[in-house]
Amino acid sequence: MWNALISIVFDGLAYAMILFIISVGLSVTMGLMGFVNLAHGVFAMAGGYLVVSLMSHVGVGFLPALAVAAVGVALASVLLEHVFYAPLYKATELDQVLLSIGLVLMATAAFTYGFGPAPVSIRPPEFLSGQIDLGFRRFPTYRCFMIAMGLLMAAALWLGFERTLIGAKVRAAVDNRRMAESIGVNVDRLFKLVFALGSGLAALGGGLAVDIWGLSPNFAIQYLVLVLIVVAVGGLGSIKGTFIAALVLGVMDNGGKYLWPEGGAFFIYAVTVAILLIRPDGLFGKGSG
Amino acid sequence: MPSFFIWMSSIALCCVLSATTMAATVKVGVVLTYSGGGAEFGQQIDRGMSLYLKHHAEAFGGHEIELIKRDSKRPGGDIAKTAVQELITRDKVDLLTGFIFSPNAIASASLATQGKTPMVIMNAGTAWIPNLSPYIVRVSFTMWQSGYPMGAYAKEKLGCETAAVGYTDYPPGKDSLEAFQTGFEKAGGKVTDTVPIGGPREVPDFTPFFQRIKDAKPNCLYVFVPAGNHATAVVKTYTDLAMAQAGIRLIGPGDITQDTKLQDMGDAAVGLTTMHHYSADYDSPENQAFVKAWKDAYGADSTPDFMGVAGWDGMAAIAHVVKTLDGKVEAEAAMNALKGWTFNSPRGPIQIDPETRDIVQDEHVHQVVKEGGRLKIKVLETIPQVKDPCKALKIGRCAP
Repeated sequence: MWNALISIVFDGLAYAMILFIISVGLSVTMGLMGFVNLAHGVFAMAGGYLVVSLMSHVGVGFLPALAVAAVGVALASVLLEHVFYAPLYKATELDQVLLSIGLVLMATAAFTYGFGPAPVSIRPPEFLSGQIDLGFRRFPTYRCFMIAMGLLMAAALWLGFERTLIGAKVRAAVDNRRMAESIGVNVDRLFKLVFALGSGLAALGGGLAVDIWGLSPNFAIQYLVLVLIVVAVGGLGSIKGTFIAALVLGVMDNGGKYLWPEGGAFFIYAVTVAILLIRPDGLFGKGSG
Repeated sequence: MPSFFIWMSSIALCCVLSATTMAATVKVGVVLTYSGGGAEFGQQIDRGMSLYLKHHAEAFGGHEIELIKRDSKRPGGDIAKTAVQELITRDKVDLLTGFIFSPNAIASASLATQGKTPMVIMNAGTAWIPNLSPYIVRVSFTMWQSGYPMGAYAKEKLGCETAAVGYTDYPPGKDSLEAFQTGFEKAGGKVTDTVPIGGPREVPDFTPFFQRIKDAKPNCLYVFVPAGNHATAVVKTYTDLAMAQAGIRLIGPGDITQDTKLQDMGDAAVGLTTMHHYSADYDSPENQAFVKAWKDAYGADSTPDFMGVAGWDGMAAIAHVVKTLDGKVEAEAAMNALKGWTFNSPRGPIQIDPETRDIVQDEHVHQVVKEGGRLKIKVLETIPQVKDPCKALKIGRCAP
C-alpha cells in the first residue's frame, strides 16, 4: 500500500517537473500577450535535438549540452518572435492558431528531414544512471535529478517574478496591460524577454525529457495537448498555477496508470474536465481570482 | 511492291512473335510504414525485398516486377486500407504485400477478398489474420508461435511460478498475452497480473506500469511491445527500476531483443531470454550469406532483423507465384501455388501450411550474451517446425 503510494507520488513528481518546465513559458506568454502559440512544443523539441546532437556528434557532456540548448533556443526564439509572431499580435486568434500550427508542421517536417523519423535517444552520464538509496527504498537517480531541476527552476522563477523589478513589471502587464503601458512599462520589450525565457525553459525541459519520453519529430504535436492542458488547468499567466497543475496532472496520470492501467489516459482528462467545470479560468487564472 | 508486303508482313510476324514470348510485368502493391515511428520497420522490409530482387532476378521466370509502394504511416489501419483500395482499383496490382502493423493488415483483408488479390503478409503477427480472407498468405510469424511455447518454457525451464504480462494495447498485444497465458497456465504457472502498457503509435513512459509490476513481485515479466523503440524503452525502464535485482526476470517474444536495437540496449540486455524465429547471429551458411549481402548493400553498421528476413522470404514467395503461373497472377491459382511452398530461408527451413496459409518455422530460445565487447544472441534450444498453436487449438477467432 505504502509502496504503491510512494511509487505513484515519486514518478508523478518527476513527470510533473518536465510538464512544468516545458509549459511555464507558454502560460506566461499566453497570459501576457494573449498570443495563442501552439508551436511552443517546437522549442522543447529543438532543445531535445540540440542536446542529442551535441552529445552524440560533438561529444559535449549532458549538463553543458542542456545549458547550451536552453541558451541557444532562447536566442533563436527571439529571431523567430520578431519575424513570425510580432506581426500577428493584433491579429485574431484564428490567424495566430494557423500560424503557430503551421510552424509545428514545418518543424516536424524539417526535423524529420534532418534527423530521420525514428525516435532518438541519449545515454545520460554515469552519475545520473542507476539508483539512489534513500534509506527506506531505492529511487532511479535520473528522476531524482529531474525533480531537483524542476524544483530549482520553480524556485528561481518564483524569486524572479515575485522579488525583482522585472518580475513586478511582468505581473503588472499580465494583470492589466494598458495600465502597465501607461505608467511607462515597455511591454513589447518585456514580452520579448519573457518569450525568450519561456522558450529557453522549454528547450531545457525538452532536453531533460529525452531520457523519459523519448524524442521524435512528432514531439511538438504529441505533447501539445498535455502542455495545453497544464496551461489551461493552471490558469494563463500564473507560474504558481502551472506548477500546481503540473503536479496534480502528473501525479494523477501516473496514479491512474499504476492503479488502473486499462483506463489508459482517461484519468488526466477526467481531472481536467472536473477542474475546468469548477474553475473555467483554471486554478489560478485571472478570471477566478 | 512485293518487297513492301514482305516488309509489312515481317513486321506483323515480329509483333505476333514478341507478343507470345514477351515477359509479363507483374505489379506488386507494397504497403509499408515508410514514415513516422514505424519507418525503420518499413525500411527493413523494403531492404529485404530489394536485396532479394537484386540477387535473385532469375527466380521470377523472366518476368518483370514493378513495385508500387504506398506509405501506411501509422498503425491505425485507415491509411493502409485507403492505399490498398487505390492499389487494387486504380493501379490494378496483381499482388499485395508488406503490412507491418496488424491493424493495417486486418483493415485491408476484406479488400483482398473483394478484389481477388493475393496478399502476402510480411510482418503483422496477430494469429487470426489469415482467417480474414482466403487470399492471405503469411511469411512472417504469428504471436502464438513465440508466446505459447514461451509460456511452457518459462514454467518448466526458467522456474517461473508466477508471471505478470505487460502488453501494448492493440490486437497482437492481446494475442501475445493470450498465447503466453495459455501456455504458461497449461504448464502449471499462474499469471498474476495483465497490464496494458500504452499504444503502438508512440513510445509511452513505461515507469508507472512497470513500477506496479515490480511492487507485486512476480517471478517473471512477459512483455509484448512492437519491436523497435518500444523495445529499447522496455529494457531501459526494466533496468532503471532495478527489476532484475528485485528478482523479476524479463522474458518475451523476440521483439524485445531485435537485432537492430540490441547494441543500443547496452549491458542491461545481457541475460534477456526470448522466444523467436530469427536473429542475424545465426551461423547457418544461408544466414551468413544473407547477412553478408545485406552489409555489402547497406553498410557494415547495418544489420537485418526478423523484418528484413520477412521481406526477403516474402519476395521469394512472390517469385514462386510469378514463376509458377508464368506471369499471369490469378488469386486462386496463386494460393494453390503457395500452399505447401517450402523455402530455405536465412532463418532456417520454412513452409506455408496448406490448411491455414500461415507460416511453419523453427522457434528458438534466444539469450542475450556478451562476446568480444558486442551483444550477441545465443540459441539455447530449438523447437522445430512450429505450426501456429492458436489455429491448432482453435482458440477464439483462430477457429476457422
